[in-house]
Amino acid sequence: MVYDFIIAGAGVIGGMLARELSRYNISVCILEKENDVSMGASKANSGIVHGGFDPHPGTLKAKMNVEGVDLLYQAAEDLHVPYKKNGSLVVAFSETEAEHLQMLYDRGIENKVEGMSIVSGDEARKIEPNLSEKVVSALVVPSAGIICPYELTIAAVGNAMDNGAELKRNFEISEIIKEDDIFVINSSAKEQVKGRFFINCAGAFSDKIAELAGDGFFKIIPRAGEYLLLDKSEGIRVSHTIFQVPNENGKGILVSPTVDNNLLTGPTAAKVDTPDDKNITQKGIDTVIEYAKKSVPSVDFRQVITSFTGVRSSETTGDFIIKASEKVQGLIHVAAIDSPGLSSCVSIAKYVTGIIKENCNIELELKKDWNGSRENPHAFRNMSDEEKSEYIKLHPEYGKIVCRCEKVSEGEIRDAIRRNPIALDIDGVKRRTRSGMGRCQGGFCMPNVMKILAEENGAELQAVTKKGNGSEQLTGRL
Amino acid sequence: MIKHDLVIVGGGPAGMAAAVAAYDSGVKDVVIIDRDASLGGILQQCIHNGFGLHKLGEELTGPEYASVYEKKVRERNITIYNDMMVTCLTADKIVTAQGSSGILKIQAKAVILAMGCRERSRGALNICGTRPAGIYSAGTAQKLMNCEGYSVGKKVVILGSGDIGLIMARRMTLEGAKVEAVCEIMPYSGGLTRNIVQCLEDYNIPLYLSHTVAEIHGQKRLEGVTIAQVDENRRIIENTKRFIACDTLLLSVGLIPENELTKEAGIPIDNITNGAIVDENRQTLVPGIFACGNVLQVHDLVDYVSDEAELAGNGAAQYILNGGCKGDSVCTEAGNGVRYVLPQRVNTGTGKDVSLFLRVTKPYGKVRFTVKSSENVLAKAVRIKAAPGEMEKITIKADLLNNITEPITVELEEV
Ligand SMILES: Cc1cc2nc3c(=O)[nH]c(=O)nc-3n(C[C@H](O)[C@H](O)[C@H](O)COP(=O)(O)OP(=O)(O)OC[C@H]3O[C@@H](n4cnc5c(N)ncnc54)[C@H](O)[C@@H]3O)c2cc1C
Repeated sequence: MVYDFIIAGAGVIGGMLARELSRYNISVCILEKENDVSMGASKANSGIVHGGFDPHPGTLKAKMNVEGVDLLYQAAEDLHVPYKKNGSLVVAFSETEAEHLQMLYDRGIENKVEGMSIVSGDEARKIEPNLSEKVVSALVVPSAGIICPYELTIAAVGNAMDNGAELKRNFEISEIIKEDDIFVINSSAKEQVKGRFFINCAGAFSDKIAELAGDGFFKIIPRAGEYLLLDKSEGIRVSHTIFQVPNENGKGILVSPTVDNNLLTGPTAAKVDTPDDKNITQKGIDTVIEYAKKSVPSVDFRQVITSFTGVRSSETTGDFIIKASEKVQGLIHVAAIDSPGLSSCVSIAKYVTGIIKENCNIELELKKDWNGSRENPHAFRNMSDEEKSEYIKLHPEYGKIVCRCEKVSEGEIRDAIRRNPIALDIDGVKRRTRSGMGRCQGGFCMPNVMKILAEENGAELQAVTKKGNGSEQLTGRL
Repeated sequence: MIKHDLVIVGGGPAGMAAAVAAYDSGVKDVVIIDRDASLGGILQQCIHNGFGLHKLGEELTGPEYASVYEKKVRERNITIYNDMMVTCLTADKIVTAQGSSGILKIQAKAVILAMGCRERSRGALNICGTRPAGIYSAGTAQKLMNCEGYSVGKKVVILGSGDIGLIMARRMTLEGAKVEAVCEIMPYSGGLTRNIVQCLEDYNIPLYLSHTVAEIHGQKRLEGVTIAQVDENRRIIENTKRFIACDTLLLSVGLIPENELTKEAGIPIDNITNGAIVDENRQTLVPGIFACGNVLQVHDLVDYVSDEAELAGNGAAQYILNGGCKGDSVCTEAGNGVRYVLPQRVNTGTGKDVSLFLRVTKPYGKVRFTVKSSENVLAKAVRIKAAPGEMEKITIKADLLNNITEPITVELEEV
């Protein structure tokens, strides 16, 4: 079969684009090299819906960000992805930094960000009592929010699949050949997929994909960002997202609650050789702690439950690259999507659809039965005790708690393994259900999650992996 | 909402012994709730020997020890809810539990907390490097091996010389794996001496004291770790780093009492033990709520858990039958060389002996412990040696507790 559209990469950009394209009577196939969706930057980032004051006016970034915020909130509603409009504060520690805030404010006005204000240090501490005494002023951005980035990606891909899109995992694109207007895509495992149009959403690898497609005109500079995630006991330190004044390295170290009520601190910014370099370093840990404490001195870093690294895909111009290839007909790049890519994902998907309409010789006819909403995966956890009790009577597997720390039931785990895009490994179950994400980090529940995975997939326990082939947990029978 | 006299949260050795003791003290409406499918708690996966020597006078495996108590529970008319997890506890003793039959709400007259502990995870340690498969807390590996029958790796490094780690070093060696090293960040082991001898020395497994894992390598499955020596502030000494190839890293870096329910109920916690503050009956500062076993303090021997649970069971029974202790109390304090003393409060003038349990701050040779209340010496005890890994017990005679009003302190001197 020849698909109408091939999307390279199942990150939030590829996923949201697939969902957008699934509105139309066309065939869409997403190719992803990993065992699950959302394994790149879309898994490990700050999860902030940025207000839009940061990008320079006139850039694609500014346009996508500001247009994207409300669209994103709407998509999150439709897809039942937890988000919160908690607002953000950019804090200044000196007069020079305070001047910078004024500049950000002016930029925000130019970008048409609504509701911003600049407040004094004392006023900022009224809003956030745990802020440092040394904060002299703050920019308040009420439209900013927080969202769970991997849940968003999973939901977007899942909804696209529910509407007919296909997902092929463990498909690492290694060759792209153009034969008579058809893209022939080969994987490193010698699988083949064909399509009429090819959209490059490969994140940190988008320059490699562009090169494979014969249009390697840009170079991604991977920059790692390390985070420390803290227990829910620390989630109460702040209610807004606290930024420091940005510098050439990015938006600096933030302190923010997450939608799941943990506390997130990070990211650092360090150039790395390859996008696969997701090492946690001592320097990174020390930097995160030092700067986070500068904003909120009372954060108790003994309550860290995990650390992780995300890799940004930056490019020298500093802007997103979203355009039809000038060299290869039918190829569209959606590349160099670093921050605020998450905030912009829906507006980017719509923008790309516009490019398709202009450049691709295909009719986009709306499906009659398209359903943009996805069943709420967290319906059970949001029920009252009485509702839960009733539900458990009909579905006893929801009564049995598998993950003690996050109180995740067997029913929720089975559901994650059954619905699009199904969880195939332990980490996949974790991202969908939070099982293993709590204080004990899977110490108790991992063996049981493995058993359920094996059972659902009709596989041996030994075949269960942490994150795809090569990451088996067990080495044999005793 | 249904009503029960006594609800026990957790059906491990602590919960079972507490249930039996309360029942035998005259409370016949006793309920045990456990999230697992069967009773026994963590003992179910401890198939090695070494349980019961003090309490039962014979060396049993974990499951055998548990079955002794399970039999006692089953002989009595005690209600057991398995596969049911307590999700909420309030200070007025309403217990909410979730299981496949739905959500159960119980108004109890008294509650005993016996939820045990969990292992500290990798995340809490901030180890640098990657996040591959093959990193387990020692108890998780133990469960996969002993309960599921699978091997978890072939070349192993163990971080932490806690007892579970030591036992797993032997277990994995017996199953054909090669244990390359056990690294302990402290200059001494936190495990029992008998485990160091029987699990490491007997198998020539090297124990590196003042060493830690500095970095984890491997993308999909663990490929090796960098270990390094640490200085007296537990900071890595750069030029001592060396790589050890391995596919498995077991973490045995400490146990944390599982006190989330306790905290939600507003019960004050001791910052050192990470368990509730209790009196000699193991009653917390919320009257009618008791705690025992590893949820109260991490024990090194199950025998002591059972002892402690009996105190809690009797205490809860007295509370239900006659309102429990109502007299004066004093607090206990850890003095020189002592890390903590439990119970943290002692009721005076009850006419009963009171045993204090404590741990020392570091390994000592011969020491003398002195228990005092202002200038009154209440007890003395001499030990040939003392180590943080071995809990000490010192008993104060009832008559000495009659008239004291000042805090009870325990301190040690080297002799
Ligand atoms: C540290 C950090 C913090 C950030 N914070 C924020 C924030 O707070 N707010 C915000 O709006 N944005 C933020 N961002 C930006 C945001 O995360 C990204 O813009 C967004 O996730 C990019 O999505 P993507 O789909 O382009 O890339 P990715 O999520 O990386 O997806 C690319 C996908 O392509 C796949 N792929 C690559 N090569 C191949 C191949 N050869 N064959 C098949 N598949 C392939 C990859 O496996 C991956 O799944 C942050 C980014 C980072 C790294």
